[in-house]
Amino acid sequence: MLRIRKAPMGVGAIFILLFPWVAERLPAIEHYPDLMVFAGIYCLMTIGMSLLMGYAGQISLGHAAFYGIGAYASGILTTQYNLNPWLCILIGSAAATAVAVVVGAPSLRLRGHYLAMATLAFGIIINIVFREEAEWTGGPDGMGGIPGLDIFGYSFDSIHKYYYLVWIVVAIAFFFTIRLIQSPTGRALRAIHASEAAASAMGIDISRSKIVVFAFSAILASVAGSLYAHYMNFINPSTFDTLFSIKLVIMIALGGMHTIWGAVVGSVLFAFLSFEWLHQFGEYEIVVYGLVLMMVTIYLPEGLVGLPGRIAQRVRR
Amino acid sequence: METISAASQLFQFIVTGLTVGAIYAMVAIGFNIIYNVTEIINLAQGEFVMLGGLIMVFMHVTVGLPMILAFVTAVLLVTLTGMLLDRLAIKPIRQPSVMTLIIATIAASIVIKGTAMLIWGKSPYDLPAFSGRTPIELGGVIIQPQYLWVIGFLVVVTIGLTLFFNRTILGKAMAACADNPDAARLVGINVQYMVLLSFALSAAIGAIAGMTLTPIALMDYDRGAMLAIKGFGAAILGGLGSFSGAVLGGLLIGLIESLGAGFLLSGYKDAYALIVLLLVLFLRPSGIMGNFEVTKFKRF
Amino acid sequence: MASEPHRSHLLEIEDLVMAFGGLTALMNIQLRVAKGTIRAIIGPNGAGKTTLFNLITGVLSPTEGTIRFNGHVISGQKPHKIAALGISRTFQTVELFDNMTVIENVMVGRHLHISTSFFKCGLGLPAIRSQETAIEAHAMALLDFVGLADKANSMADSLPLGERKILEIGRALATDPLLVCLDEPAAGLNETETETAARLIKAIKDKGITVLLVEHDMKVIMNISDQITVLNYGEKIAEGTPEEIRGNPKVIQAYLGDSIAVV
Repeated sequence: MLRIRKAPMGVGAIFILLFPWVAERLPAIEHYPDLMVFAGIYCLMTIGMSLLMGYAGQISLGHAAFYGIGAYASGILTTQYNLNPWLCILIGSAAATAVAVVVGAPSLRLRGHYLAMATLAFGIIINIVFREEAEWTGGPDGMGGIPGLDIFGYSFDSIHKYYYLVWIVVAIAFFFTIRLIQSPTGRALRAIHASEAAASAMGIDISRSKIVVFAFSAILASVAGSLYAHYMNFINPSTFDTLFSIKLVIMIALGGMHTIWGAVVGSVLFAFLSFEWLHQFGEYEIVVYGLVLMMVTIYLPEGLVGLPGRIAQRVRR
Repeated sequence: METISAASQLFQFIVTGLTVGAIYAMVAIGFNIIYNVTEIINLAQGEFVMLGGLIMVFMHVTVGLPMILAFVTAVLLVTLTGMLLDRLAIKPIRQPSVMTLIIATIAASIVIKGTAMLIWGKSPYDLPAFSGRTPIELGGVIIQPQYLWVIGFLVVVTIGLTLFFNRTILGKAMAACADNPDAARLVGINVQYMVLLSFALSAAIGAIAGMTLTPIALMDYDRGAMLAIKGFGAAILGGLGSFSGAVLGGLLIGLIESLGAGFLLSGYKDAYALIVLLLVLFLRPSGIMGNFEVTKFKRF
Repeated sequence: MASEPHRSHLLEIEDLVMAFGGLTALMNIQLRVAKGTIRAIIGPNGAGKTTLFNLITGVLSPTEGTIRFNGHVISGQKPHKIAALGISRTFQTVELFDNMTVIENVMVGRHLHISTSFFKCGLGLPAIRSQETAIEAHAMALLDFVGLADKANSMADSLPLGERKILEIGRALATDPLLVCLDEPAAGLNETETETAARLIKAIKDKGITVLLVEHDMKVIMNISDQITVLNYGEKIAEGTPEEIRGNPKVIQAYLGDSIAVV
């Protein structure tokens, strides 16, 4: 059965809880909580991507679009219409859902390469919209002045506060998704992945299931986008371009897309790679990403999360 | 000339559209060659185009080789890249699923693109036009001589490939792999060699597209992805796998893009081809010339 | 079996035509299957048997003609809708969910009879959990019925072909079907496995479930079918009881042309 063990979750929770406290006391990693905010934002997205790609077997090369829809919904509605940021997050999610259903319904009938190309094209089109509708989005220069978040007068105005906010949202998404995977819905998704013919013969409405998962992952990406916008207070279109969609794929491939843990490991690792360890490579880091992705595809198809099992298997033989 | 007449403006858009379309057609042909033998969509196809252009610039402008020699060297180097792509990124995959193959070709395209950025930086490069830049004026329509080179190369590539696949034993063997790899294996065709060859051929055609395009539109490291997806749009529009379809699809996409940018919003220039791609995928994924029932039973 | 044409027929196919481009896979097929019987569809390779299954289960839509099942017109409907009406199937190529255990495969078959609300599942509501326990028990009982209870927690892809085919039948039964379509359940099996499969099919009939069977093993066909329909090149060339079919010159002709002897 697909039981998720409790121990790693406990360890993870304690780690997340204590990390800022530890980091504060160690000058060398003082800035790590800031990285972990980004890691959390990525993680929110990769959890949805992992459900979509790893479990349901549907590829998306355009998820940065939903990330951008959330960010711009928050940015535009707060700065130009003075709406409450939390309401903007909801509106962004609703918009992402609507777009996901409209684009997903015809796209998800496609398989494999066709689906990959459709989502890729969709992502590029949305990015062009972000660039071109300057009146709303500020165009390629982006838009600033996006307010931070607060709740009942409590403001998430420090990195540490925002860190906890983001990771609480990640935790909610994580537990929801874990439960989902262990439930009949998760089983139906895995069935679709293994054999669409057999799944539909068992009465599973394939297109509906795919659209629901696609929309769910779009909502997570949109919320991540909003959290990003309210954290950075500034957004521009290049954050939400195709390269970022591909980076999301790299994250889940690196971590391992067949478990939700892979999403967590992949996004945290990626955040550190791109902001800390590969920083000196500057823009050339994409060569490293490409090589890493190539190596993982060839030598580590189950991702880093599959590594311990693989080693254990070797040792036993 | 005080006002450019609407008609000549329209013709101008058509001429540039057909030229760019010829490039897309060549990219689409590249997709088809690999797809037909392997059923892989090589997302790094656009990088061949970019590399072709930049290597030609390097050989001709930087090193100073004569045009023809630079052309040949660039084709050979890009062909080699294509073969390496197959051997290093595709062949070693032990359990090739559609998803891993997509990811592998994406990985390869990032590596190629990043390496190009390392070598050439981010600025765009120009290449002298093959036969000068004195425009030919035809009833108010300005035609760059390079346009004719582009169209000419498309014609040469198309005729060459048609002859290759229909007349030569090697070409027929490749076509046999496309129809039925298992049967091809049974009659003694080395399928792996054919796959390698398809990558080589496809890379060479991509390089030609890139070299002919550069004098018109410059070239930089970042152009591959957009060229790839528009070329894919052309391949899909014409029906994936069909060479005549690729030519027709490419020219159509070029026209739509040029007319869309000319008469509608020019900022959305890149979006028009992609919207067409989405519409074709949603409404008629077999393309305008393809047979849907056949597509439905393809493996992926 | 002399029966009234309307009342007891679970499946009624009228003037069914299926053409792929210029190729006609099925031509003007009429078929009536009585409730609670085993109906075998036989014929040489390429006769259109699997196409017929794909039409009945909604994988394909017919070019012409109608398929009625239990009072509903099902031709042209989507597979999951048809499954919900009570038709289940196995596949010639054995389409198991190889990423799951044996019991999970069967549990997927309960999909139609449980709540699969996305949010209820994600929230892990107690109702979903108790439902999970119930369908696990149900699936275990089915595995017991088909004889795979001891393999419940093995991965599906670790089973040998014989057991894979049995598991696929078990999974098909989990939907509580009125009709199961079995596509070559004995193909590739050895003699003992074939006997097990045949016994299982009879047991399914004894549960009151109607069986539609495509099979090449004539011994199995002759032993367990109530009625046999013979297809050749997309046309129905004969129909009747095993005894009638055995002596039918047209059938012998069709098979000898394919150089397979009728037992």
